[in-house]
Amino acid sequence: MSYIVNGKRFDREPAPGQCLRTFLRELGHFGVKKGCDAGDCGACTVWLDGVPVHSCITPAFRADGREVTTIEGLGKPGALHPVQRQFEEAPGFQCGFCTAGMIMTSATFTEDQKADLPRALKGNLCRCTGYRAIEDAVKGVSAVETAAPGKAVGTSVGAPAGHDVVTGHAEFTMDTHIDGMLHLKVLHSPHAHARILSIDKSAALALPGVHRVYTWDDVPRRRFTTAIHTDHLVDPDDTYILDDTVRFAGQRVAAVLADTVGAAEEGCRRLAVEYEVLPAVFDPEAAMADGAPQLHGSDDPFVRDPVHNILLELHSHIGDVDAGFAAADVIHEGTYFSPRVQHAHLETHGSIAWMEDGRLNVRTSSQSPSIAKVKLEYLFALRPDQVRVFCKRVGGGFGGKQEVIAEDLVALATLDTGRPTCLEYTREEEFTTASPRHPMALTVKLGAKADGTLTAVQVRNVSNTGAYGNHGGETVYAGGAAVMIYRCPNKRYDAYSVYTNTVPSGALRGYGMTQPAFAVESAMDELARALHLDPLELRRRNIVRPGEPLVALHDGPDDVIFTEDGLAKCIDLVGEALARTADRPPPGPAWLVGAGVASSLHETAPPTEHLSEAWVTLGDDLLYELAVGTAEFGEGTSTAHVQIAANQLGTTPSRIRLVQSDTDRTGFDTGAFASAGLFVAGNAVLRAANAVRDRILHFAAAHTGVHVVMCTMDDDGVVCGDRRVSLAELVALARARGIRFTAARKAYGSPRSVTSNTQGFRVAVHRVTGEIRILYSVHAADAGVIINPAQVRGQVEGGVAQGIGFALTENHHVDDNGVMVNPNLRNYRIPTYADIPRTEVLLVDSADSVGPMRAKGMAECCINPVAPALANAVHDATGVRYRALPLTPERIYGRLPAEQSVSAG
Amino acid sequence: MDLNTITEVIRRPSERPGTDWREGDAWLAGGTWLFSTEQPDLRRLIDLTALRWEPLVLTDKGLEISATCTIRDLYASPWPEGWTAGILFRESCEAFLSSFKVWNAATVGGNICMSLPAGPMITLTVALEAQYELWAPDGSVRFVDALDFVTGDHRNVLAPGELLRRITIPEHALRKRTAHRRFTLTRLGRSTVFLVGTQRLGASDLLLTVTAGTTRPVRIAFASLPDVRTLRQSIDAVPADVWFADPNGTPDHRRHLTRHFAEEICRELMAGDLA
Repeated sequence: MSYIVNGKRFDREPAPGQCLRTFLRELGHFGVKKGCDAGDCGACTVWLDGVPVHSCITPAFRADGREVTTIEGLGKPGALHPVQRQFEEAPGFQCGFCTAGMIMTSATFTEDQKADLPRALKGNLCRCTGYRAIEDAVKGVSAVETAAPGKAVGTSVGAPAGHDVVTGHAEFTMDTHIDGMLHLKVLHSPHAHARILSIDKSAALALPGVHRVYTWDDVPRRRFTTAIHTDHLVDPDDTYILDDTVRFAGQRVAAVLADTVGAAEEGCRRLAVEYEVLPAVFDPEAAMADGAPQLHGSDDPFVRDPVHNILLELHSHIGDVDAGFAAADVIHEGTYFSPRVQHAHLETHGSIAWMEDGRLNVRTSSQSPSIAKVKLEYLFALRPDQVRVFCKRVGGGFGGKQEVIAEDLVALATLDTGRPTCLEYTREEEFTTASPRHPMALTVKLGAKADGTLTAVQVRNVSNTGAYGNHGGETVYAGGAAVMIYRCPNKRYDAYSVYTNTVPSGALRGYGMTQPAFAVESAMDELARALHLDPLELRRRNIVRPGEPLVALHDGPDDVIFTEDGLAKCIDLVGEALARTADRPPPGPAWLVGAGVASSLHETAPPTEHLSEAWVTLGDDLLYELAVGTAEFGEGTSTAHVQIAANQLGTTPSRIRLVQSDTDRTGFDTGAFASAGLFVAGNAVLRAANAVRDRILHFAAAHTGVHVVMCTMDDDGVVCGDRRVSLAELVALARARGIRFTAARKAYGSPRSVTSNTQGFRVAVHRVTGEIRILYSVHAADAGVIINPAQVRGQVEGGVAQGIGFALTENHHVDDNGVMVNPNLRNYRIPTYADIPRTEVLLVDSADSVGPMRAKGMAECCINPVAPALANAVHDATGVRYRALPLTPERIYGRLPAEQSVSAG
Repeated sequence: MDLNTITEVIRRPSERPGTDWREGDAWLAGGTWLFSTEQPDLRRLIDLTALRWEPLVLTDKGLEISATCTIRDLYASPWPEGWTAGILFRESCEAFLSSFKVWNAATVGGNICMSLPAGPMITLTVALEAQYELWAPDGSVRFVDALDFVTGDHRNVLAPGELLRRITIPEHALRKRTAHRRFTLTRLGRSTVFLVGTQRLGASDLLLTVTAGTTRPVRIAFASLPDVRTLRQSIDAVPADVWFADPNGTPDHRRHLTRHFAEEICRELMAGDLA
């Protein structure tokens, strides 16, 4: 057989059951991505004789004698196909993992298809953008701007990797070939709770190509937490790399190392495992009851009450809530449930490890290579200098990669065998074993005077941490933000983080604040109805204002600087936008129409330790090298970091060379989560750039004899009074004296600022079917000083879209045995283009941030008000309150007001 | 995804494939489902597309669709003027969860033989009173009414080694008036319910096909358009365990939607009568 790919002939035979996707990647076409490996996401789209197909569901032999075109063959760097250029200039991507497939699909569109994008794009999933940016790319709308020297901040410059993303040359974790690399596959537990009595490896080890089988007996007996935080003490050490007890269906039982993925899979099938099945508990309330099956032993001091499966309990109050309720004219109480949902970043987890010069190298898809490195050092008793962890471009994270759940196994296998090893998650493993959002049930009780003034706020939060405690404690602390947003003398917050025999929950955009925001903001809306007050007005009356303390768990000193009324401005902007659009007609007589709003407050960095170091060096090539540990997975921090540096150094982004997320080449960085990529790492970049600027200016001043206050950076030179000295001259002079223009600076996640958001929706609900349609979506945000307007807009749109998915459609369906029944993108539906409305994004001016350039991160917090705003709008439309997400039609229809005969619609 | 247990692909099967059928064999058409999920029990694939069956044949008796006809070919085909039911072909293709890119490879027969409740080619062919021609490994041929082919979620009447050769739609069905309704939990998602009503031109009968919401297709014949009560009784007579539970819908909601949309179909056909 011979294969023609991008005009080049390959004489190579695929395996009989091989799909075209892996065959093309074997031939070096790494632009062909794996999102689902099942034909659902479109990331692997290529052309066969000019016709687009999903290469993951195309048998490789079908390409025999036909012409294959991949993203690499569509256009070249410097000679882009028009659609590639459009995606770069829109910009039509964030993480960039779906981009090749988007381009290979939309480059085939007829005019008819362009006019019907909901259908034309339904085979292409993007989890980052919310699709508006992709629509712009397809239609040739451009937002990318060019920055003048020293003016990068405030300009919508493109992402540094933009050109590589649209040509398929941006390297993601798995986009490499290493000779002799072995592959790991994991055998997962079929039981939700069981003791492993024995594992017979012999049949697996007898298979050709199988090198090792690892079980609990083969791993360091060290407990750790998979959660990534600088302070590892904020999570319990309750996890082994491999354990002899499995506590959820899907947990690792054994790992097989083999020459090929196929041999490793077969090895897993040949393992004979004897289990003693134990009673399991799936519901946190049941898990806390006397006599419930106990998941963990009692020897971990972190665990509050192992007998009742309580990982962590919080009980805090200020004032006297009983007195507050006694003084209330109206009391509202309700219990609100947020289910288990998934990040569904299109790049699955995966890591590759190898030994080089006696050191362990790990290339991984992580939000924090620095912390992943520390964990590997701990697990395998390695010195810091013996390990390097780095990320190439990461294909989406959303918190899912704030977890060490792949690096440990590849490190184990490579340290054992000395061979390069690879572990790549399947999409199913993402759903069944990677950490989803904590299901939470929150009971909210609010008391208010007739004028709406809150007299008491009481919240009880029961959070399901799953089988392990990673992020279990920090997320319930974070839930206090939903209590903090309103001023009230009497507050009480009780929270329980509870072990159950379900997949361990973890970090997900909004981190423990999204579920409480759904509960409290829904409850505020219900309270407003009981008081016959406008919900916006009730919020205006009660939100914390500058000068007032931010009180969630305790009334004491805090590190949050909050001097401007951004939240009130957000509420006003959304109120005005909803009023402006109120007269739009409903879809038909069968539809009930209503509007709803919700707000949230969010601190701009986590309360736990968060550190970042940036290095800036002016090189002999006269480019500034900016090294910072933050990983880029579509949140846009790389762009912002480059902009900040260019701005301070009086130059353009094109003169900044970014080195990132590599523990050998950058300083320590806690990681890109909790908005810290901009807020903390951005501050480090700012300080390092300022330091280098000052060194250059002082050197130039000394050289010219002009006072330093008369010296300014001028792109590739320095203006000193009326004289201009080129950087080339200064660098040469400095080098002659052994001086380099370089600086390192650290930043810390304190003090912090607050961001605020308000979401408004107008929805229509079908009286009979229960279908919800979003007629209008508006989001106001206080992002402080805007570093990159297009990126901020894109982050908000993406967050709102993900929030809509979580609120309207997404849900882990789990059977009676604790096994997920929809672990694929075909049955766990993340939004497609057709599902997402355009969101009007309104930005509030504020300057109270202590972040770099007075900016505030906006990638995370925008998701928090989405679900409650939808639930409030549905209530407004139907008169019915839905307190459990998701708001799927089959949950809606049965409770709608008595069905009338509807003749049309 | 890679099907790593496959050791052989029969790329040039005989004109009557299946004579050496053995355990671990699977027919391969578009492969769009087969390659979308793990198939650890399969060892050999037999490529039916190599037989180059004529995708669509118009005869004086109606339409013959080869099992290997792609969704793209079905979608793009023009139909004779008098085939008023021809509109259902495009609508049924649009009912696929998958996009036009998958249609380039996926086949009509593949969708039918996968026998999912939401398989739109099942809806189409049951509503249009099709017959399926099945070839057994021993060379014998049998014909099955489309209604009787799918017996449950992922279950059908095919014996091991038997294959679906072609679907024949009688011309009288193609000349009927039609009305259809479909509901999905997400905007262009997989069908929660997909209903089709057909009616002879100039007559007042109704042949109501209910799919996606039920584990197997249900077809109810009415000599004349039923009143709301009769219609509801007929739908409520569908056994409770036939209403399908999966992430795309609950049995209760599916029955509720079926009642609602069946009424709408009746009204549409009735309004058409008056027009």
